[in-house]
Amino acid sequence: MYDIAIIGAGIAGSYIARELSRYKLNVVLLDGENDVGNQITMANSAIVHAGFDAPSYKLKGKFNAVGNIMYEKVCADLDVPFKRCGSLVVAHDEYELATVHELYKNGLINGVPGLKILFKEEVHAMEPNLNETVCGALYAPTAGVVSPFELCVNVAENAVDNGVTLKLNHLVSDIKKIDDHFSITTNAGTIEAKFVINAAGVYADDIYEMVGEPYFQLLARKGNYFIFDKEVGNLVNNVIFPCPSKKGKGILVAPTVHGNILIGPDAEPVEKGDTSTTADRLDYIKQNALKNCPSLPFNKIIRSYAGFRNTPVADTFTTTDGDFIIEESPVKGFINVAGYESPGLTSIPAVAHYVVEEIIKPMIPDIKENMDYNPKIRPRIRFDELNEEEKIAIIKENPKYGKVICRCETITEGEIMDVIHRSVGARTVKSVKKRCRAGTGRCQGGFCSPRVIEILARELNCPLDEVMYDQQDSTYILSGKTKSAKSEVKS
Amino acid sequence: MIYDVVILGGGPAGLAAAVEAKKESAENVLILERDRELGGILNQCIHNGFGLHTFNEELTGPEYAEHYINQVIELGIPYFLDTMVLDMVDQGDLKVIHVINEKEGYMAIQTKAVILTMGCRERPSGAIGIPGYRPSGVFTAGTVQRFVNMEGYMPGKEVVILGSGDIGLIMARRMTLEGAHVQAVCELMPYSNGLVRNIVQCLDDYDIPLKLSHTITFIHGKDRLEGVTVAKVDDHLKVIPGTEEFIPCDTLLLSVGLIPENEITRNAGVEMDSRTNGSVVGELRQTSMPGVFACGNVVHVHDLVDFVSEEAVLAGKGAAKYLKGQLDTNITFTTLNGDGISYVVPQKVSLKNVEEKVTFYMRVRQVFKDKVVNAYIGETLIATKKEKKLLPAEMVNFKIAKNILAQYPAGEIRFVIEEAKK
Repeated sequence: MYDIAIIGAGIAGSYIARELSRYKLNVVLLDGENDVGNQITMANSAIVHAGFDAPSYKLKGKFNAVGNIMYEKVCADLDVPFKRCGSLVVAHDEYELATVHELYKNGLINGVPGLKILFKEEVHAMEPNLNETVCGALYAPTAGVVSPFELCVNVAENAVDNGVTLKLNHLVSDIKKIDDHFSITTNAGTIEAKFVINAAGVYADDIYEMVGEPYFQLLARKGNYFIFDKEVGNLVNNVIFPCPSKKGKGILVAPTVHGNILIGPDAEPVEKGDTSTTADRLDYIKQNALKNCPSLPFNKIIRSYAGFRNTPVADTFTTTDGDFIIEESPVKGFINVAGYESPGLTSIPAVAHYVVEEIIKPMIPDIKENMDYNPKIRPRIRFDELNEEEKIAIIKENPKYGKVICRCETITEGEIMDVIHRSVGARTVKSVKKRCRAGTGRCQGGFCSPRVIEILARELNCPLDEVMYDQQDSTYILSGKTKSAKSEVKS
Repeated sequence: MIYDVVILGGGPAGLAAAVEAKKESAENVLILERDRELGGILNQCIHNGFGLHTFNEELTGPEYAEHYINQVIELGIPYFLDTMVLDMVDQGDLKVIHVINEKEGYMAIQTKAVILTMGCRERPSGAIGIPGYRPSGVFTAGTVQRFVNMEGYMPGKEVVILGSGDIGLIMARRMTLEGAHVQAVCELMPYSNGLVRNIVQCLDDYDIPLKLSHTITFIHGKDRLEGVTVAKVDDHLKVIPGTEEFIPCDTLLLSVGLIPENEITRNAGVEMDSRTNGSVVGELRQTSMPGVFACGNVVHVHDLVDFVSEEAVLAGKGAAKYLKGQLDTNITFTTLNGDGISYVVPQKVSLKNVEEKVTFYMRVRQVFKDKVVNAYIGETLIATKKEKKLLPAEMVNFKIAKNILAQYPAGEIRFVIEEAKK
């Protein structure tokens, strides 16, 4: 029997697991996918928001700015790329300037440090590639960009290193409350736990309905994105937001922490799990991004994709109003962390602390600290970022760092082997890509994917055609041997 | 040790350039190759049709490469395999090439001259942004060529190919021979981007339909590819509503263009040409950086390897001349792509370096029938090349003798497509 079962190993579930590992608790982290952070965490804007958007009476307003401030330490402890690049909300006319002033005031209430309203000249001096029609902006120096998937993988790894049990490929199909505990049925066996934390992303409402009367409903709102080649990565330095509307924050233009440019997302209600891009939506984000940044070179796109948010549907609400749902549910011992959309990524260090200290701790009176808790993980070697002496030394120590597999991003075999053998190791081509960026460059894996498959097969001791791209069993890359290869085997 | 010439890439361009430089008396030549053997992309091109121009026989890719690899070995030219060049730093008379491999570790190799022969890579699916899901089963044609021909694995059974580039056509035949079913090759343009001989030998002979003016409008399948929606496009390449058709398939191959791989070139600060995506080069393939030469697909994408070898010989000669201090740096002519022409290589000519003639390589923007390519200096027509049919897929090579060029003062040579005079 586990003390606590967390359903969903996205950024919310994984981070709460790590936070719980500060205590002597028997915690299991469950996910239906074959890797952590494989849904919403995988495809989002990757922005650490300053925290001036949401009103202070909402949980979103309460946790955003606090979570933001916590990023330096967590990213240092967990070796995650993070850059405080700043953000600008740009205005094109006096109405939008009024919105900028409102955001400024709200930011002050939320305790966002360093906010400043910039005049036209100041904006253009800071960002020379913005549209000339931009006449002012709200500058937030604390906004940043992060690698959300690396954060999630490393948070999960740290949780596992501190004693959390991670069970992937465990898709929850039913939950029963039996006396003082929960029995969770999955496709890979039954799990029993005294408490359950529901962090199942867009499926959190479905999960809750397995055990309680529905009191919230989640809507998948899809957003399309484009990623540009690093060659044009210096087009903007800050995250550029348009003035927000009722629909949301609008189409942003942002640097990524790895040096690309990202634009998106639109917002369209879809069925859960729909991550298809559509031509009209891609065109919509293109046109809107061009309004703020007219020189975006669309011949330098290297990838387009879509992700979705888990937005609480306002009209079925009884307890919240378009806000995060972070509370013990009417079912005692069952905690919901739901409706966890933007600024969820930014807020998570603060939210995880809140969940553990304010919700869990009072439920477990005899809770003891885990004296062996170590907040740090072993840093990864990032060959490309080493200086000459360090490169010489690391290849001497391990020659596999002398073999470049991904040419575009200069990722070595040593780095790929490392991410396969860590405690939350990569098992698929996509999970290698998430962890060390092999295949994220301008050739998008054209050269390196055969090599990555080969390394995965060798290290996991399986045939090449058993290596998956992503989902277990359904995303095979190779369908079998060629005729000549088969006859070689026979003879 | 200071090398005379270091060659960045052991594919067809690098091999031929190394051989020529050595024959022209460059002493210490070194080839750096990132793959596990010499020969470059030819190693995965096991079909025949290589070397008709150079050897007067039809060779397979590996056989063509072997001709040059044997010469490299006979001439005792050293090479490093599995070796990646991180960057090239220009220090004037010396260039420093920073490389790594498993055996020797990190090396800073000093050399007087460099020949860039990194080749090209395929345009990935991301670059064309096809709407739909991002499942497993979408590959570039060259990646699949490697899987099938070098690793011995098939990617799937029901295949659609987007783009009619040569690798796509070759792979249509290869997949068919390996027992897969190729449903169609879709090409956005109203003409093929592959060689005519490949259309005939790889599609027509196997009854594989070539759908011109067609594109893919949606990729279906969340996990593994389940099919594609194909639609017809109009003259402006816009999808014609109502022409959409669902084709079930588990594999989509993309053959939608090749891009010269010039990261090292750009980072080193060599002048680039946005029309070719390669460096600006002269008649002996000298770049804007003294002592640095470039040839083959890294300069512009060729359709036949024979022309890569031809160009590599020029670069090898150029590097040798440079080492002897005999390379003239005064530019006599620049070239310009006029009406109907998308690019011309070389972009610059120093006439003193030319032996007998200059071969200008160029591509046309669209299909032309019964037209001529004319070369002008100012208003004067200096040379004409007649072609029954000009195709964007087939590189035009236009030779102009030195004695003709010598009649004109320095200036710009402009190539245009015009009506043939009757």
